[in-house]
Amino acid sequence: MYAQAKASTSWNDVCHVNELVTNSGVCVLVDGIQIALFDVLVEGKHQYFAISNWDPIGQANVLYRGIVGSLQGNIVVASPLYKEHYVLATGACIEREDVSVHHYAVRVEQERVLVAL
Amino acid sequence: MTLSISPEKQRIVIIGNGMVGHHFVEQLINSNANFDITVLSGESRLAYDRVYLSSYFSGKTAADLALTDEETYQQWGVNAITDAWVNEIDRSNQIVTTKDGISYPYDKLILSTGSYPFVPPIPGNEQEHCLVYRTIEDLEAISASAAQSQVGVVVGGGLLGLEAANALKAAGLDTHVVEFAPQLMAVQLDAMGGALLKDKIESLGVQVHTQKATEAIEAGEQCRYRMKFADGSHLETDMVLFSAGIRPSDQLARQFGLTVGERGGIVIDNQCKTSDPNVYAIGECALWEKRIYGLVAPGYAMARAAVASLTHAEGEFAGADMSTKLKLMGVEVGSIGDAHGRTPGALVYTYHDQPAGVYKKLVVDANKTFVLGAVLIGDTSDYDTLLQYTLNTIELPEAPEALILPSSGEKPMLGADALGDSATICSCHNVSKGDIVDAIESGSCSLGDVKSCTKASTGCGGCSALLKNVVDAELEKRGVEVSKAICEHFNHTRQELYHLVQVEKIDTFDALLNKHGKGLGCEICKPAAASIFASVWNDYILRQAHQPLQDTNDTYLGNMQKDGTYSVVPRVAGGEITPDKLILLGEVAKEYNLYTKITGGQRVDLFGARVDQLPAIWKKLVDGGFETGHAYAKSLRTVKSCVGSTWCRFGVQDSVGQAIDLENRYKGLRAPHKIKFGVSGCTRECAEAQGKDIGIIATENGWNLYVCGNGGMKPRHADLFATDLDDATLVKYIDRVLMFYTKTADRLQRTSVWMENLEGGLDYLKSVVIEDALGICDALEAQMQNIADSYQCEWKTTIESPEALKRFRQFVNSDQPDSNIQFVTEREQIRPATSAEKYAGQQVIPVEIV
Repeated sequence: MYAQAKASTSWNDVCHVNELVTNSGVCVLVDGIQIALFDVLVEGKHQYFAISNWDPIGQANVLYRGIVGSLQGNIVVASPLYKEHYVLATGACIEREDVSVHHYAVRVEQERVLVAL
Repeated sequence: MTLSISPEKQRIVIIGNGMVGHHFVEQLINSNANFDITVLSGESRLAYDRVYLSSYFSGKTAADLALTDEETYQQWGVNAITDAWVNEIDRSNQIVTTKDGISYPYDKLILSTGSYPFVPPIPGNEQEHCLVYRTIEDLEAISASAAQSQVGVVVGGGLLGLEAANALKAAGLDTHVVEFAPQLMAVQLDAMGGALLKDKIESLGVQVHTQKATEAIEAGEQCRYRMKFADGSHLETDMVLFSAGIRPSDQLARQFGLTVGERGGIVIDNQCKTSDPNVYAIGECALWEKRIYGLVAPGYAMARAAVASLTHAEGEFAGADMSTKLKLMGVEVGSIGDAHGRTPGALVYTYHDQPAGVYKKLVVDANKTFVLGAVLIGDTSDYDTLLQYTLNTIELPEAPEALILPSSGEKPMLGADALGDSATICSCHNVSKGDIVDAIESGSCSLGDVKSCTKASTGCGGCSALLKNVVDAELEKRGVEVSKAICEHFNHTRQELYHLVQVEKIDTFDALLNKHGKGLGCEICKPAAASIFASVWNDYILRQAHQPLQDTNDTYLGNMQKDGTYSVVPRVAGGEITPDKLILLGEVAKEYNLYTKITGGQRVDLFGARVDQLPAIWKKLVDGGFETGHAYAKSLRTVKSCVGSTWCRFGVQDSVGQAIDLENRYKGLRAPHKIKFGVSGCTRECAEAQGKDIGIIATENGWNLYVCGNGGMKPRHADLFATDLDDATLVKYIDRVLMFYTKTADRLQRTSVWMENLEGGLDYLKSVVIEDALGICDALEAQMQNIADSYQCEWKTTIESPEALKRFRQFVNSDQPDSNIQFVTEREQIRPATSAEKYAGQQVIPVEIV
């Protein structure tokens, strides 16, 4: 909560792609911020997503431990605490219009996972 | 000071925020029209439920009674102001001004000022303990007064007066009701009904005095006051509660020149417009066709008519049904339509059972074709049917009297199917049967869904039984289709998926999804599939391919708590534990600073373990001889036992030994839901086995087996399944019951609900398990044996696998723990810190807001 807004986004090398778990999540710590990383296999291709690990409804750092799936065409994670769904691409909460989590740009380059902050 | 609001929208100002005023706002919001809405409430709180006001005395709080809150109004974009008593309306400039001098311009003004209790002009009626019954503040005053009183009198024997009397009686007062008319509830009941009601209420300890005109309230001799009556008699009391009817709050209308009725009430037309077309009046302050409506349903109908007028929609107020059904001090009372039979040519049927205290009167038209009205005392079970006949002018059967006669088999019941789509089910919220059918068509699949979707039965609640009938009947018609699909990804039940997995030898979720589903799956179908794989193939729960399917509890082999930590519960079979193991639990808890609590299942729960601590904690436990307790899984939890014949003077069998054997046999079984056992060593049943899925009670000759009980949200007593079994037969039967359950139950269906939904219920289950009616018992036993043989402790396997242990990290790129997990000490142990406690410990950097 005390992180300064940065003037420009910078790509952070966070881990090897082998650390990711297909169709599930892991968590990385970048500049004190917890980011949940998801590797989802859609029609044979890996798609990577990064959202904040903080569950704003359950008030705990747990989103990476949720079950990944799809809901009405959106790729989502269900909070392991109270099962609200967050759209991985946008951070929007499906059940609560007034709730969302940060999402971050993520890409894989030479087997390294990069997250933009 | 004048507050100007964005001028492009029409400005609606509503004076008053009672039930009707709130309903108006709600309807206006639902209409989606673009208005600037301001609510001015003279009370210090927003709308609350006055219908259930007396529940305040049975423990409900003001918050329980609230119909809305500031947050909701804010979300709706409604500007709601409390304590905003309006004392001026400038109709030519269209501005209202509150007592604080704040002005609000309006394009349309809604008067929803309600009513005030009528206090008869009796000398002495303004004394300290002479009160009224209308607002929450009134209730607070009544409570305070009752605390200093022994005797209480309610003046007024109408509906509200009797409610008030009930409140006084509940407060422990010697309670009296004084009524001016010759009978109670003279508006709704005939003389006979009123007399019977009086008898009933008196037998409950409330004295009823009819035909008493109070002349004065003076100082008393035994009590605080003495009420003097016109006939020369008197009654002593410590407090007086006036509930002698209501008067419309029409002062503003009178003062600022709107037309009011001779005896009060703001005159309105069918659109609820007053004599000024920019001013509407709704609810108890309004006078329509020389009538004031003192019930909530007509007020709601007026609110809807006013909204329709404002949004140029269809719908006018056309009068309202005043039928009521209620329970007064436990006495059922119902009144429908023309209860007095005043319609010319009306004919009457009556049924009176004096010993049982039941009186029913049916009023029909001269041709005996339609119901005009009814009175029901002591038994209102016919109310819904009669009301439907009345409201929807349904033709009467051949012998109308059958409608009120006690059912002797051939009662012409008006089932849900007899009602047309236009039939009104809930008159408070104007919900027709068609609306309910629509709600079900568009996805509501339970009574709760229908209620929240249509609002039916959320007003007075009088239609709840009828609503349930309609919903049940409609769901039954399409029940199979509605509840069949487990989620949007599979159009199958869990049972069907189980069979598919077994028959087609499917062992991965991807294969199951490719073959039978669509999309990517979700948190419903994935764990269900994982549980099926575990049941059918008894796969190691952490197998790589299954890992993403598991709920977090199964993935991390612990129960996630609110702060993201986990609990640790090792198995303590039968509740038997050695001192050394007990010490080990204590040592581990101490080393990792875990909160320690004894569970209801005779074991020890250690809370507050971070995900990265779990492997080390479990390594210590496993090394010390513990194994996982599956407290996180849909599987066998515990087998609770009493100490049995080994120690107990009364025990007839070794219940602890039996419990340990059973727990060890079934501990690996993955099932649709959790399973609990209990084994009692004698009929005293100290292990509470009859509250368990599988309950075993020792007899002189062996064991009695009970099945399908549970505690929890909806407790169910287990059913006796077989008696005096020997050990081998007992295990055989349990194998069969549990395996049959595992294969056929729905996802998250406990054994109790499963059995109740089995066609044929307990008898069918007995025929399958005991008589082998399906010829599957050998297969069921073999499958269970296979599961028992391939058991492995998931924690032992996990801590031996470096690959599996990688999962137990908060961060893949850091060894830091989650800084949000913080504890404080309470009763000498840890508990999660509240967010206030967390921030209090942090250094807050001051921020300048610019």
